[in-house]
Amino acid sequence: MSIIIENLTYVYDQGTPFETIALENINLEIESGEFVGLIGHTGSGKSTLIQHINGLIKPSTGKIIVNGFNITDDKVKLSEIRKKVGLVFQYPEYQLFEETVYKDIAFGPTNLGLSKEEIDRRVRNAMDIVSLDFEEYKEKSPFELSGGQKRRAAIAGVLAMEPEVLILDEPTAGLDPRGRDEILGQIKRLHDEKKITVVLVSHSMEDIAKLVERIIVMHNGKIEITGPKEEVFKHADRLEEIGLGLPQILYLVNALKAKGIAIDENVIAFDAVKSELLRLVGEKHA
Amino acid sequence: MIDIKKVGYTYETTEYKSKALDMIDLNIKKGEFVAVIGHNGSGKSTLAKLINGILLPTHGTILVAGLDTKDSELIWEIRKTAGMVFQNPDNQIVATVVEEDVAFGPENLGLPQETIRERVDESLKQVGMTEYMKKPPHLLSGGQKQRVAIAGILAMKPECIVLDEPTAMLDPVGRNEVMETIERLNKEEGITIVHITHFMEEVIRADRVIVIEEGRIIIQGTPKEVFKEVDKLQDMGLDVPQVTLMAHCLRKEGINISDDILTVKEMVEELCQLL
Repeated sequence: MSIIIENLTYVYDQGTPFETIALENINLEIESGEFVGLIGHTGSGKSTLIQHINGLIKPSTGKIIVNGFNITDDKVKLSEIRKKVGLVFQYPEYQLFEETVYKDIAFGPTNLGLSKEEIDRRVRNAMDIVSLDFEEYKEKSPFELSGGQKRRAAIAGVLAMEPEVLILDEPTAGLDPRGRDEILGQIKRLHDEKKITVVLVSHSMEDIAKLVERIIVMHNGKIEITGPKEEVFKHADRLEEIGLGLPQILYLVNALKAKGIAIDENVIAFDAVKSELLRLVGEKHA
Repeated sequence: MIDIKKVGYTYETTEYKSKALDMIDLNIKKGEFVAVIGHNGSGKSTLAKLINGILLPTHGTILVAGLDTKDSELIWEIRKTAGMVFQNPDNQIVATVVEEDVAFGPENLGLPQETIRERVDESLKQVGMTEYMKKPPHLLSGGQKQRVAIAGILAMKPECIVLDEPTAMLDPVGRNEVMETIERLNKEEGITIVHITHFMEEVIRADRVIVIEEGRIIIQGTPKEVFKEVDKLQDMGLDVPQVTLMAHCLRKEGINISDDILTVKEMVEELCQLL
């Protein structure tokens, strides 16, 4: 399922003294099955942009075309769009509200008017994806869970809608490294196996480098840079100027290059950098 | 400064018992910058709450500047000595104007008006937030809110600040603001820092690192000593800096490279010897 954004502008409090341009003339295309990273410092417009994609915010001007439908058109049913575009907010665990984990995850599918069997299948499947044991957790109150488990339960609630596009706003903020790696691994698997489109908002350049294919960099409500991650990470100076940076390993690559060492500048992944270093050391001592 | 002797803590309700800390012995010296790491549920936050007297030990004793946290008459003195900053900036701000928020602590101490004014001004200056004095806190960024929370603690003239994942909810810019503030308070004001975090780039700035797993201290030492234990840390699900991990991987491939690399600069120097 593809997303096309054309000339999107969004102005907060239009016509008041507090008028602020949050997004300015955004043009963007996300192809079906892509894994895209959205980065930018706080206030750059990332969250405002993703809320447009599932119709939570209507643009001041411009078009958002999801799967061929212009969702700003009054005739388009937003409930249909939201079935297909799942949005996991920051700290989604604050939105848990039901008596049991099962009921919380089943809330969305129940509202779709699905059969009991289908709801049950979806809840089991969503819990399986986020590694919450069905028998152990289904009857627990979401409020008894640990922080990491609550986060998983909240993500499972969105997955149970079986969206074709999954947008995650800093899904691992505040988690420990193990919890972070598990959740990101599950999202990656979901993308690889089900071919769903994923948009990941993150402040961790290491995670972005590891997971996504393409990066969109936002700054002051505009798209600053976009392209394959290898290309975007070549703009180290600009990324730093706008409060971002590179994964630590790429600072190493750049520093070696600056010293005149012939390291391949297209390596991004940790293992690729390691092979490159082994090759260089090997050649030197051959 | 903080003396933790054979401390255990068990969370207990009518339904369950769970041992969070077990026989912890730890002595933190005045002016030291200690980082505490461990995964969620390891007991890190329990330790922080014990230092501040929010929780009282089930076993053992904790002395903060010689004051026993179990003595209920001393609790306010202890909280003044060891202030605490929490993860969520939005949960610790109580007033509608920055300066009033910072004044909240000293006002409760019943200090004279002029003293409160002096302390508020000085604290905001120390965290670099003077120009925001009259602003409503909700207009501040996360990093700025955390600095206001730290100013609120500073206004109590603490000897020690315990920070429980103060940067977890911040973006990289905010994280850096908070870390620079903490480091300056430690280096220039001599304030003892206990900093709980999951971010390794913050850990390497400490004098000493404590690794907690299942309620026990399992590794401790300088950042260089602790990060030598790459395999052990990874088994526990903790991070190591990417360059430290790279050096470790290269060593495993038989390359003669130092095992105590923590920064890009050190790694570049090592590699330049080889290349």
